[in-house]
Amino acid sequence: MTTTRWIRWVLKPALFTAALVPVAYLIWAALTGNLTANPIQELEHETGLWTLRFVCLTLAVTPLRRVTGWNSLIRFRRMLGLYAFFYGTLHLLTYVVLDQFFAFQTMLVDVTKRPYITVGFAGFVLMIPLAITSTAGMIRRLGGRRWNLLHRLIYVTAVAGVVHYWWLVKADERSPERYALAVGVLLGFRLLYLAWKSRSRLAPAPAAAGGRTPFRLDAERDASLD
Amino acid sequence: MPGRAARQGEAVMLIRRAPDMKWSEVTDEKLYLGRRQFLQTTAGVAMAAAAGASIGCSTVSADDQLPGRKLSYKEGPFGTTEKETPYKDVTTYNNFYEFGTGKSDPAQNAGTLVTSPWSIQIDGECAKKGTYHLDDLIKPYQLEERIYRMRCVEAWSMVIPWVGFPLASLVKQCAPTPKAKYVKFTTLYNPVQMPGQNVPVLKWPYVEGLRMDEATNPLAILAVGLYGHTLPNQDGAPIRLVTPWKYGFKGIKSIVKIEFVEKQPLNTWQQTRPNEYGFYANVNPHVDHPRWSQATERRIGEFFRRPTLMFNGYGDQVASMYAGMDLRKYF
Repeated sequence: MTTTRWIRWVLKPALFTAALVPVAYLIWAALTGNLTANPIQELEHETGLWTLRFVCLTLAVTPLRRVTGWNSLIRFRRMLGLYAFFYGTLHLLTYVVLDQFFAFQTMLVDVTKRPYITVGFAGFVLMIPLAITSTAGMIRRLGGRRWNLLHRLIYVTAVAGVVHYWWLVKADERSPERYALAVGVLLGFRLLYLAWKSRSRLAPAPAAAGGRTPFRLDAERDASLD
Repeated sequence: MPGRAARQGEAVMLIRRAPDMKWSEVTDEKLYLGRRQFLQTTAGVAMAAAAGASIGCSTVSADDQLPGRKLSYKEGPFGTTEKETPYKDVTTYNNFYEFGTGKSDPAQNAGTLVTSPWSIQIDGECAKKGTYHLDDLIKPYQLEERIYRMRCVEAWSMVIPWVGFPLASLVKQCAPTPKAKYVKFTTLYNPVQMPGQNVPVLKWPYVEGLRMDEATNPLAILAVGLYGHTLPNQDGAPIRLVTPWKYGFKGIKSIVKIEFVEKQPLNTWQQTRPNEYGFYANVNPHVDHPRWSQATERRIGEFFRRPTLMFNGYGDQVASMYAGMDLRKYF
């Protein structure tokens, strides 16, 4: 079996299934009364954490490719990003349906008046165009360069997600600190790589022009394979 | 310190003591903490014995299956008839950062707390200073059941059948001087027994305080049990404060020191985040936490949020204490 087929028929389905384990567990725990005495809040917290985790995993793809040289990793990126959106949607739905039960007025006040909700909501909204433009057709229509530019919004979402988390904890900031570190390292890697590349003779030009080519090719190739 | 406690004990004889208890047994904190650490190693054996004993004693009602020692008490005033939050929820969903910051951490980690023997130091502006054995301290009081609402500052709530006695009775026994304007409470500091204290999330030990009139309000109790049995460690064993018109964090747990002071104590949460937590912490649906709304709450076990009541529904008993005060300023 070629690498392409191996990824397509084994690794991708495996990742797809594995990424559903958290939601399967949460449903099971909710139905069997294993989500603490306050299951709605627990669901909110858990879906939020899984959103952050998938955002981090999505952001880890490029650094891992650079470090390991295994470029095929790019073929998992869209799925990871869509799972981030999936868990983000569950997180928002838990808040809208279970926690607030469609109390739109209260939620409007929350989104406009409570910074941690404003930031979290913004982080989610920014994922919507990314999810919509994740198809092969959209990549072609936008063109690789514009598509890449648009999808850098994930950086904003990642920072917003961490800030959202940081601003809601009461006193124990250890967990948000860990996510801040993860996002910091993942974004920092990109800055360092950019700096290193623009210095290096190998790269003809910095970010805007030729430097982005590999991204475009990867994205298009990946899209055309599905 | 041991000398002082012993001397004062003999001189004061504030509270009747059990015949098997000598004041000389009320030891220096360092010594008894050391003993507790030693005892910890045998805690497993002790717990097994206790479990055996409780099974041996069990008779008819399902209540008898609950852990802890069964208490005898009378029915107390101010009880609500609302549905009580199940024992399991009251004892597995706790904020007790001394055992970890997760809600289920206290139930998992509080086994290391040694609650017997337990001493409480009475200090400050009062006549009856000294260190007292817990059993001696509570012996004079008839225990009462108080079924109270408990509203957490995190916007969830419970209904808990506490067993305790009015804080006012203890305050009276201590004979505070006219200089005593506030009562300050302190939790045990022992990072070995309370592993959460190894993490500087809050400044340890936990401190809380009440104004004198709040402390002597008939609603305020010191609880030693819930659901008719001694407090589980995760709920603040062996003795904790319950002030149902205030947010839950005022209910300081595992108290080792009660002081009468002239100046308003700086309570732990106010010290940690002064813009978010005040001294009074009265339940108030009109004054939001800076980061979230306090207008509604989720009663544990219910799906829909319910409106939060002013003073958690205890306005008749407490509102007069705050007449004329700007409750936005004194949150």
